[in-house]
Amino acid sequence: MKLTIGRAAAAPRSPGRGSARGGSARGGSTGHAATGHGSPRRGRRLAPATAIAAAAVATLVAAGCSSSGASSSATGTTSSSSPAGGKANLTFWTWVPNMDKVVAIWNKAHPGIQVQVQVQAGGDAELTKLLTAAKAGNPPDLAQVEYQVLPTLVSNNYLANIASSASSLKGDFPAGNWNQVTLGSDAVYAIPQDAAPMALFYRADMFTKYGLTVPTTWAEFAADAAKLHKQAPGVYLGSFSTVDPGEFAGLTQQAGAQWWSASGNTWTVSIDSAASQKVASYWQSLVSSGGVDNQPQWTAAWNKGMNNGKYIAWVSDIWAPGDFPSSAPSGAGKWVMTQLPQWSAGQNVVGNWGGSSTAVMAASKNQQPAAQFAAWLNTDPAATAALVSDGGIYPADIAAEAALSTPPAYFSNQPGFWALGKKYAGQAATVTWGPDVNVAYSEFTTAFGGAAASKGSFLSPLTAVQSAVVTDMKKNGFTVQAG
Amino acid sequence: MRQPRKRTAPRLAPYAFVTPAVVLYALVLLIPIGYTLYLSLEKSQVSGLGLGLGGRRQVFAGLSNYDSALTDAAFLSSLLRVVVYSLILVPVMLGLALVFALLLDARRVRFQRFARLSIFLPYAVPIVIASLLWGFLYLPAVSPFPVILGKVGLSMPDLFAPRAAVLSVANIGVWGGTGFNMIVMYTALRAVPSELSEAARIDGASQLQVALRVKIPMIAPALVLTGVFSLIATLQVFNEPQTLRPLTNTISPVWMPLMRVYDLAFTDNNPYGAAALSVVIAAMLFAGSYALLRASTKRVFQGR
Repeated sequence: MKLTIGRAAAAPRSPGRGSARGGSARGGSTGHAATGHGSPRRGRRLAPATAIAAAAVATLVAAGCSSSGASSSATGTTSSSSPAGGKANLTFWTWVPNMDKVVAIWNKAHPGIQVQVQVQAGGDAELTKLLTAAKAGNPPDLAQVEYQVLPTLVSNNYLANIASSASSLKGDFPAGNWNQVTLGSDAVYAIPQDAAPMALFYRADMFTKYGLTVPTTWAEFAADAAKLHKQAPGVYLGSFSTVDPGEFAGLTQQAGAQWWSASGNTWTVSIDSAASQKVASYWQSLVSSGGVDNQPQWTAAWNKGMNNGKYIAWVSDIWAPGDFPSSAPSGAGKWVMTQLPQWSAGQNVVGNWGGSSTAVMAASKNQQPAAQFAAWLNTDPAATAALVSDGGIYPADIAAEAALSTPPAYFSNQPGFWALGKKYAGQAATVTWGPDVNVAYSEFTTAFGGAAASKGSFLSPLTAVQSAVVTDMKKNGFTVQAG
Repeated sequence: MRQPRKRTAPRLAPYAFVTPAVVLYALVLLIPIGYTLYLSLEKSQVSGLGLGLGGRRQVFAGLSNYDSALTDAAFLSSLLRVVVYSLILVPVMLGLALVFALLLDARRVRFQRFARLSIFLPYAVPIVIASLLWGFLYLPAVSPFPVILGKVGLSMPDLFAPRAAVLSVANIGVWGGTGFNMIVMYTALRAVPSELSEAARIDGASQLQVALRVKIPMIAPALVLTGVFSLIATLQVFNEPQTLRPLTNTISPVWMPLMRVYDLAFTDNNPYGAAALSVVIAAMLFAGSYALLRASTKRVFQGR
């Protein structure tokens, strides 16, 4: 009798573990034990035999998988410069919409080098996959990489140095963008794709309705927020989003913050600097007074607010025309782009939010053709024109920038849209990124998320980000000092 | 020559049969666990600015990853949060499941099959879908609740407020898990001999007394098992908060212990720290469930 009970208790353990792994709150699987009570003995005896048969099949499958995985990683580490057999098939991870259309132009003209686009969800999601795939020795040949994570990838030796074929492109790009992909060295780790100067967007009709003047300084922006909150407490001059560390980083760049700097062999981390503190305190007061909302961006609720006039301003970036049609479809012709408000009147500095490049991975066995494609994608007039019209990006290439004329359809009310874009691109602050921006951004989301939700102080979260970054860098053996 | 062959055949057969299982077990469980343990003792070491070739090496770290795991403020606060979450979720979910199971097992219930199916149905909804569904109900801008509550002059509370968020996430677990546990308990109840409750009825016991004095003690083993497995599963909660995270500032990327592991491994690019933390969590879960199962098995299963 005791034996039977013991078995009944033990039986559900293995299926139970399976469901517990998934992290579900669904109380394991005791179903087998319960149904087992009623089933006849003979039926149960047969079960182990089928289980073994299934296990044997699974073993064969697992063995097959592991052997193929091993061979691909073995070949992945060797880097030959030309494709074997004269034909190269390249994989390209990117989140830029309609990139497949741009790549189709290349594939048609280059039958020997075929590029296959593998669509990714976005910058952060792709970086997560890229770090894992590169660690496993199985990354794509080419990847869309945001400027701020280039140092992270370089310090892990995941990117190929394509200086031999790409250094001649230096003159095609603004010095600021070129410096980001070389990290100030002789190496070239990626080809710049888009520039990302920040800008302010506002609903012209709503500003007239509430009697607000378009702010040129942050003081005026705060005054508008207060005035708006008094008239319409449910309407906001945008939302302070803690899921977008890049936005906050860009705002601090405008105020003069340099989160990282390097000299000799020493990194200096100045995230918790006076400039960053000024920006943090400013947004904290706007959030706590109710002039600015404290909800994350890009959610269904945020889209609805952008569309129905709950949010009548958005601190964003030159790439925003790509987002407006889906976020606020009914606002076409009503939203207007203007310069990011300045800290003091007459200043002309803006920050950068995002911006990305095309990098060749070190594990690619077709580095040479991949570099060739990356150069074509970001400098060839046909390619950059397609990137602008289909991908909605603002090109870093100087010639492509000069060729921009027709404003995006959503901003047909602003014929001088691209002229403004060129102006802001010229005002963008220069920036040096450190080797663990991912740590800083993750800690930002955690620390500021709590503060925004409770409308508490933004200064202690800033200190938390600084100390998380310094701790992480020290742990990895960097020589680091707090600035 | 014939006899020895006959003897060895039955001796080898069992090994031949268990080999695939053992190989599979080693491949998918022992080797990964071993590799995790190995990784947890390593770390990456940078020289100089860390930007040149060979600027980063993997070196032995001793127990330093365990030291930082056990003193990690984000992990410790998530641990506290998951305990609160489990203490809310498990009793509510199992309590509801037991009540439903007893109601369905009581004699005169109409629409019994329909009721059983509809209570079970949420379990069939994938967790990610359920989380999105509830998440949208929680967000005032896209939820129907503010409209309905507004009709009776009430306003909707902020269900993603720092304290309320744990309850909101636990609610999704209750919604999804009650039906499954109910079916388990109900099946156990059906196995209780009807003579026992009939005898109790003849002796003048009410329905409630029959439930409390006869049925619940009889299905105690099922209750213990659902309890232990629910506890293990809730301590590993990941999918619900991870899905809800983009909807609110309250749920941080390190809100629950497993989210901290995920964050370390994939966002911070620190698989060594993630491995150490995984080992710590696995050890805690193993010790906890072993103690719980042992204690309850002694009490519940003895004498049967």
